[in-house]
Amino acid sequence: MALIELAGIERVFHLGDSVVHALTRLDVGIEAGEYVAIMGPSGSGKSTLLNLLGLLDRPDAGIYRLEGRDVTTLTPDEQATVRSRRIGFVFQSFHLVPRLTAAENIALPMMLAGIGAAERAQRVATALKDFGLEKRADHRPDQLSGGQRQRVAIARATVMQPAVLLADEPTGNLDRATGDDVIHLLEALNARGMTLIVVTHDQKIGSRARRQLMMEDGELKFDSARPAAVAG
Amino acid sequence: MRTADILRFARDAATGYPLRTSLSVLAMAIGVAAVVVLTALGDGARRYVVDQFSALGSNLVIVLPGRSATGGFSPANALTTTPRDLTVDDAFALTRLPSVRRVAPLAAGNSEISANGRLREVVVAGTASTYLDIRSFRMAQGSFLPEGDWSRGAPVAVIGSKIKEEIFGSTQAVGELIRLGDRRLRIVGVLRPVGQGLGMNTDEVVFVPAAVAQSLFNTNTLFRILIEARSRGEIEAVKREVTAVLKARHGGEEDITVITQDAVLATFDRLLRALTAAVAGIAAISLAVAGILVMNVMLVAVTQRTGEIGLLKALGARGATIRNAFMAEAAMLSLVGAFTGYGLGLFGAFVLRQLYPVFPAYPPDWAVIAALGTALSTGLLFGIMPARRAARLDPVQALMKH
Ligand SMILES: Nc1ncnc2c1ncn2[C@@H]1O[C@H](COP(=O)(O)OP(=O)(O)OP(=O)(O)O)[C@@H](O)[C@H]1O
Ligand SMILES: [Mg+2]
Repeated sequence: MALIELAGIERVFHLGDSVVHALTRLDVGIEAGEYVAIMGPSGSGKSTLLNLLGLLDRPDAGIYRLEGRDVTTLTPDEQATVRSRRIGFVFQSFHLVPRLTAAENIALPMMLAGIGAAERAQRVATALKDFGLEKRADHRPDQLSGGQRQRVAIARATVMQPAVLLADEPTGNLDRATGDDVIHLLEALNARGMTLIVVTHDQKIGSRARRQLMMEDGELKFDSARPAAVAG
Repeated sequence: MRTADILRFARDAATGYPLRTSLSVLAMAIGVAAVVVLTALGDGARRYVVDQFSALGSNLVIVLPGRSATGGFSPANALTTTPRDLTVDDAFALTRLPSVRRVAPLAAGNSEISANGRLREVVVAGTASTYLDIRSFRMAQGSFLPEGDWSRGAPVAVIGSKIKEEIFGSTQAVGELIRLGDRRLRIVGVLRPVGQGLGMNTDEVVFVPAAVAQSLFNTNTLFRILIEARSRGEIEAVKREVTAVLKARHGGEEDITVITQDAVLATFDRLLRALTAAVAGIAAISLAVAGILVMNVMLVAVTQRTGEIGLLKALGARGATIRNAFMAEAAMLSLVGAFTGYGLGLFGAFVLRQLYPVFPAYPPDWAVIAALGTALSTGLLFGIMPARRAARLDPVQALMKH
């Protein structure tokens, strides 16, 4: 059973009179533990797809099964629980809460999930250590470098031990070297079994993934796992 | 999300934006302080009046000569001179009524006292031994007028504290002889200071037996008859019985007015309570304004923190959690504002009391509870809309705003 199964997914935006088909006839399966790069030109629907996978958005048609369960029909609260337990997000612009320290930012998903303070503190300490942020625990985001911010964001995304980590241009706001560090960090997480899906413009980063999905005009143009099947 | 965490999160969010937080706290505080100070003023006025009347004594019923059309009481007719209607015998007849505990006749006039080589104008009150208890006066030295036949007074006098002070200073007054008009009287007692009451300053009054006063002023009428009912519940019975007895004694004519302290008090009480409530209502408008301000502040907060709300949703926050966090923040702004305002209001009332010591400017409990309650409920009420707006934000859209 695949971790993620998309069947006939459509996502249509209406902007006044014009209709934008952000995703059309999308059928993709992703196994647990895979490392997938989603690539394609700007406006091709990469972020839309990632938001859909993260249950931040609902498809207009089609079925999305996560761990065998149809999640498109869940209530918003049930979807929130799935996001809390099974999905981790990493964003291009980090999205740290500016008034909270690194440690508090990392603790946020656990706080939202109702985990007690003692366990939170313990897991935050572990995460800070794992991501080399021990000395930055009490720093607020504006006192951190870009790379450190993204490491805090990754620590936050993984502290609930999700099944899948979704990263939308995680290196987009970072210089080459720092970006590579972040990618290595994500790959290390993948090596330990976490499914990793990265949206990127960067060919070099994309080619590191074991599987590439090429998007164009809302369609899946190429899937390196099935080179023949989806050619147009 | 745990309640404690929601509260801590809301608190950090509020303190994270000090300017807008302190502004809305200030608005709420001013509203509550206004209610507290204004009701303290209004209720202070009420208490002041009630205290003044209560100083007259408890369960008091007063008989005035002459028929008053309205039955009302005004300080003006308390000062008018006596028509020849009430007599000492009238007063004495009332002592036999079952609902009456004590009766004191009261004849009044101005005269000159001379003693210890000094001379001054005084108010002379002719009354009886019962007067002391009816008015709840206390003796500083000696005793009050002796008991005995009301129509034959002993040549004795009791003086108010101010007269004692002015004429005798610190020397002994009891036992001294004074001249009052053409009478020579012996001082048997000095009253403790009491202040204003029944239209005269008791500290400047010389009390003599009613018969002595009447012969001094060459009259046989009384200014008032003071009656103390056996209990509060019997005041109406006293009124009825007194009216009946005096009507019978005056040849069937109802030519007297019976007033009760209760009735007068109740009128003032009602009036001033209404005034206080009105003032509180006006001040409460500022609370509503403060509530609207809290709403605006929270709406700004939602706009300012749209990205954060999107993030919280991405991290698995339910709509209800986000709503609760924003509600908690609005509640905190209102709560802190309300209690700051309460403190400010109490301080304002304290300053008022320092400036005007006779004026008991304490805010009534109901006003404090109403002010705090209104502050909190407007804060919450006006917090609902922004909180729901936050909870309903589309996470994808929200995340793009960062
Ligand atoms: N909320 C929306 N309303 C209307 N159109 C939208 C909305 N979100 C996305 N679109 C449109 O859907 C299409 C796909 O957008 P998407 O953000 O997924 O592109 P992308 O591949 O992530 O591009 P980029 O590389 O620039 O981030 C675009 O044409 C975009 O304009
Ligand atoms: Mg994108």
